[in-house]
Amino acid sequence: MRGLIEDDYVTDEGEFVINIGPQHPSTHGVLHLKVWLDGETVKKVQPHLGFIHRSIEKMSESLSYRNFIFATSRMDYLAAHINNEACALTVEKGLQLEVPDRAKYIRTILAELTRLQSHLLWWGCTGLDLGAVTPFFYAFREREYIMEIMEETCGARLTQNFMVPGGVMYDIHPNFQKRTKEVLIQIKSKFQEYDNIMTGNVIFENRTKGVGFLSKEDAISYGVTGPTARASGVSCDIRKLIPYSAYDQVQFDEILGTGGDCYARYMIRMHEMKQSVSIIEQLIDNIPEGEFQAKTKNVIKLPKGEFYQRVETPRGELGVFIVSDGAASPYRIKYRSPGFSNLSALPLMAKGGKIGDLVAIMSTIDLVIPDIDR
Amino acid sequence: MKILLTYSFSSLATYIHNLLAELITNSLLLQVTEMVILGVSLIAFLVVLCFFLGYMERKVAAFMEIRLGPNRVGPKGSMQIVADTLKLLLKEGLTPDSADKFLFNLAPVIMVIGSMMVIAPIAFAKDFQLYDINIGVLYVSAVSSLGVIGILMAGWSSNNKYSLLGAMRSGAQIVSYELSVGLSLISIVVLSGSLSLGDIVRSQENGWWIIKGHIPVIISFVIFIIASTAEINRAPFDMAEAEQELTGGFHTEYAGMKFAMFLLSEYINLFVVSAVAATLFLGGWMPFHIGGLDGFNHIMDFIPSSVWFFSKTFLIIFIIMQFRWTFPRLRVDQLLTLEWKYLLPISMVNVILVTVMAIMGWHF
Repeated sequence: MRGLIEDDYVTDEGEFVINIGPQHPSTHGVLHLKVWLDGETVKKVQPHLGFIHRSIEKMSESLSYRNFIFATSRMDYLAAHINNEACALTVEKGLQLEVPDRAKYIRTILAELTRLQSHLLWWGCTGLDLGAVTPFFYAFREREYIMEIMEETCGARLTQNFMVPGGVMYDIHPNFQKRTKEVLIQIKSKFQEYDNIMTGNVIFENRTKGVGFLSKEDAISYGVTGPTARASGVSCDIRKLIPYSAYDQVQFDEILGTGGDCYARYMIRMHEMKQSVSIIEQLIDNIPEGEFQAKTKNVIKLPKGEFYQRVETPRGELGVFIVSDGAASPYRIKYRSPGFSNLSALPLMAKGGKIGDLVAIMSTIDLVIPDIDR
Repeated sequence: MKILLTYSFSSLATYIHNLLAELITNSLLLQVTEMVILGVSLIAFLVVLCFFLGYMERKVAAFMEIRLGPNRVGPKGSMQIVADTLKLLLKEGLTPDSADKFLFNLAPVIMVIGSMMVIAPIAFAKDFQLYDINIGVLYVSAVSSLGVIGILMAGWSSNNKYSLLGAMRSGAQIVSYELSVGLSLISIVVLSGSLSLGDIVRSQENGWWIIKGHIPVIISFVIFIIASTAEINRAPFDMAEAEQELTGGFHTEYAGMKFAMFLLSEYINLFVVSAVAATLFLGGWMPFHIGGLDGFNHIMDFIPSSVWFFSKTFLIIFIIMQFRWTFPRLRVDQLLTLEWKYLLPISMVNVILVTVMAIMGWHF
């Protein structure tokens, strides 16, 4: 294996290889891209993974059905809630457990807040990757409010670990509804500011329009999901297709683009933020009274069988596959992480572009490396 | 001190000259001593100026990014940059094993020398000019492009692929944008009829060129600001550094004081470019005059000429700093497209317009 990788450094005449990462400002983590260059033009990209592999799937085999959920917060750390929710939903599916409505609503609101903060961070980082530092601070200003809500209700800012099989761990904080509504007003008033500084900028449009094209066919065949696929016109929003939690109670649009380029991916996420705001607005005043957690046994044992649940994270489709042999911990767990499939289309998109394009593509497919490696 | 033309601190200059003349009898030695004093004081001035620019950049960035900026070390954080410089001085100056050590160590020095030399013909105030060379504009445009040699040297000698890519980009960029800078300078030379920066300032006695020269001069001013932002490698044209693409470009391998010298030359370049723009287009130290209105002109004359010069220069610096914190970076091919397809043709047509205007005497 080692020898094979070494041989890859052999290049044609005029080409040379640079290693972008594992330590590089724009790989957003420890991703290693081996890039074959002809001058500035990218000839070939080869992602090398495994630098942050923590074998979460294997680890989960020795954890109980209550505990394995919390390891997934460390997968896609920007969507910890949604990862947790996916696992909790799978376990509930196995137990055929009915979750109280209150828990469903809280889950959905928190998931959309998570999506909002993840997209805000992505927006700031895209600016940063393209060389504009200021958007990063603007995005973090609003993200901080969301983090404060998370801190108040869940007790943690990033790895919330709030979802348990059967509902949520605690009831919401008394301030939750009031503060969430305040934050929504705040964020809605800032969307125009985001557009002013980035969206309409000539340099930004030149950097992203027509860059990193991904056709609809390629998006499907590479298994690309989430905003990246929707920018290419693939309808793949799990919230719409197979509604879970309270998504069947709300009205929202699945944003579809046609461009398939970086600009389309950018616009999809910008519109998704507005949709998330609208979803939260519909739910926040209507949280039903009642239990926030269904009664479960102390030791959860899933019946023998295979259980699969899909959810929509900010980056795409997260699938949780549990094989149970009837014991108190899973026999085998497999996560279908969105980042991994999305990354697989990167070599295709980056080919023929410039180094600057590679950075733009990487930031608009919104890579979170621990999600890819797990 | 013959090299200094009339000097507004003439009494001080004469005093120092007489003092030295008493001590040193050899006239050659006397001249050398005076030039060394002049050089050292110039370098000290520039370093202090760069401290101020560094502080200003941080505060402007903080202002744009809704932060406070440095506010701990010294009053309002003004000593932060001194602390940072001390840190850089104390850091180990690493030289990579595989680097070409001679060129690697020479590159930052060349950069700093290149940018400091441009200061010579710039008039900081009325009759305060180091050397009013009669081909001043030519000298400025020639010497200011020396910096690219330093960048190429640094990129090549680091023996790092990122550095080399940065140097390559920078070479293409500076050579291209040099043309637009040159052409916009020429439009002022055509109007004022002189290459000497002193004469150009004096030719704006009845109004600055940006006002007298109608739209063509405003166009050359805008082109000059854009092209010189590119020439000094500042965002959104910081192709050679491009942190997110090349992790620092040509200075990836530099640390400590050698890295600080790149920063120093960046800020001196920023000052020089703004000073040249202020001199050529905004009248340098010349107060705001309107031809014919003597009373108004007299009131304007009460403001010292150095205040005029520095406020114009810092206004332009402030604008260039705002570019950096607003715009995303261009891609390398778009950068060259901007120059060769837009700026260069526009400036060529513009020079013809200015020439026609100057021949027909249409300007004020």
